[in-house]
Amino acid sequence: MHKWLDRAAPVLTFISILAIWETLCRLLAVPSFLLPTPSAIVIAAFAVDIGQWWAHLAATLEVTLIGFVVSILVSVPIAIALTNSRFLSRTLLPLLVVVQSTPIVAVAPIIVVTLGAGLLPRVVITFLITLFPLVISTATGLQATPPELIELSRSLRASRAREYWQIRLPFAVPYIFSALKVGITLSVIGAVIAEFVAAEKGLGYMILFSTSSFKVPQAFAALAILVTASLLLFQLVVQLQRRFFLWSIPASR
Amino acid sequence: MTNAAGPVIELADVQQTFVSSDGTPVHALEGVSLAIGRHEFVSIIGPSGCGKSTILRLIAGLLRPSAGRVAIFDLQVIEPRDEIGMVFQKPTLLPWLNVLDNVTFPMKHKYGTVDAKDRERALELLALVGLKDFMAKRPDELSGGMQQRVAIARSLLHDPEILLMDEPFSALDALTRDEMSFELLRIWRERPKTVVFVTHSIPEALLLSDRIVVMSARPARVSEIIEVPLERPRSFETLSNPRLHELANAIREKVFSRKLAA
Ligand SMILES: Nc1ncnc2c1ncn2[C@@H]1O[C@H](COP(=O)(O)OP(=O)(O)OP(=O)(O)O)[C@@H](O)[C@H]1O
Ligand SMILES: [Mg+2]
Repeated sequence: MHKWLDRAAPVLTFISILAIWETLCRLLAVPSFLLPTPSAIVIAAFAVDIGQWWAHLAATLEVTLIGFVVSILVSVPIAIALTNSRFLSRTLLPLLVVVQSTPIVAVAPIIVVTLGAGLLPRVVITFLITLFPLVISTATGLQATPPELIELSRSLRASRAREYWQIRLPFAVPYIFSALKVGITLSVIGAVIAEFVAAEKGLGYMILFSTSSFKVPQAFAALAILVTASLLLFQLVVQLQRRFFLWSIPASR
Repeated sequence: MTNAAGPVIELADVQQTFVSSDGTPVHALEGVSLAIGRHEFVSIIGPSGCGKSTILRLIAGLLRPSAGRVAIFDLQVIEPRDEIGMVFQKPTLLPWLNVLDNVTFPMKHKYGTVDAKDRERALELLALVGLKDFMAKRPDELSGGMQQRVAIARSLLHDPEILLMDEPFSALDALTRDEMSFELLRIWRERPKTVVFVTHSIPEALLLSDRIVVMSARPARVSEIIEVPLERPRSFETLSNPRLHELANAIREKVFSRKLAA
């Protein structure tokens, strides 16, 4: 019984919150342009053609995933370069810090002006917001390798490539995955920011468009889908680690 | 092998100076001379930070001396060589590989592939350290002592002539530590090697070694080389042998009185 309750707890909490939300909105007669009831949001969601939702979702996912993957592909070599060379770490790192310290929301319109209105600026925005945490975590992981193993590698006169491929990178896997978990949610944020600035499709665009025409329940519906997608992507990263790098998860065996 | 009569490892007036992070020079070793014969078991003891690990690194070819000569089989050491196996204070196994793959890892790392013969040898070594049944386990499923045995098996994979061990048992509890000492003696008897063993424990050094090299504090020199008169094979009884305790006290006194005099 306890176990069952333990499992059902998150779902029950969620349902209770929805119920309280619905009741309060009705009792206090909150206007729907301020805070729509959950039922109104569901109705608004179904008022839009399901195919249209899919198209918006697909557009957002496309930007999110491309930006995320490019970010991973770029961050690993940068992290290796940072670990490998004092010169590079002294030139690249400040640059990265500058990128990270610049509010992406402020730069996004400039990027759109520079790169046009296609997929590219949106991917770039997503990429920029995800890059820094990935680089820093990967570099930290690469440097967390026990020095004895590096000495072992040296004593075997193994190549640098093998040192990285067989020792340092696997040691960085737990660090990389904690960055990926943060990174995937950041990528969603990046995609939405990009869609706020310039897009004619996507869930971010849908939210902006709905609020500007006072369809607040519809905006909430788009938001709900966005949050769900973000959670599922996060779970996907978690499951990937479970499936392929189980050893890198400490307390689970 | 080459020149069977001469020393296997030779350090002649070796000096090692590091540059610390604030730019000041650190004289770690100052004129260390030492010759170690074939299949000899030599322990190095000395105060913390005196340069024991540095000596092992020099022999391993991971470090070039600032001055003096380090030679193996009468050949100057200029880079890491195949005759050497290393065991560190921590087992430092690869957590994503099982025990067997950890033992064969040096081959994989050096040559890119592991063949059936390597695997067969690894199994033999796992049997030698008493872990054959654990070959499919991951390192984190093993106790500290078992992990260190795996690390020892790994260091023996290419049948090195020389085994360098840097405080290999110091992370273990006292009981496991004694057990591992006897284990090491048994392995050394079955597969004779030239062993250089760094430790902080005088009784451990006495139990294991033919000779004990006592180092002075930094800048380190060899302050004394002690022949261990305990007869082999040494066993559990050796630990309670009054001779061992007399010797341990004598060494302690020497090290301590020098410290007071300094
Ligand atoms: N790469 C290095 N750069 C600068 N100083 C170093 C370096 N390696 C060692 N040293 C210094 O040289 C001295 C000897 O170091 P070493 O590690 O050989 O000592 P040790 O006898 O093994 O000490 P412990 O018993 O604590 O292991 C220490 O003072 C250490 O700070
Ligand atoms: Mg040391």
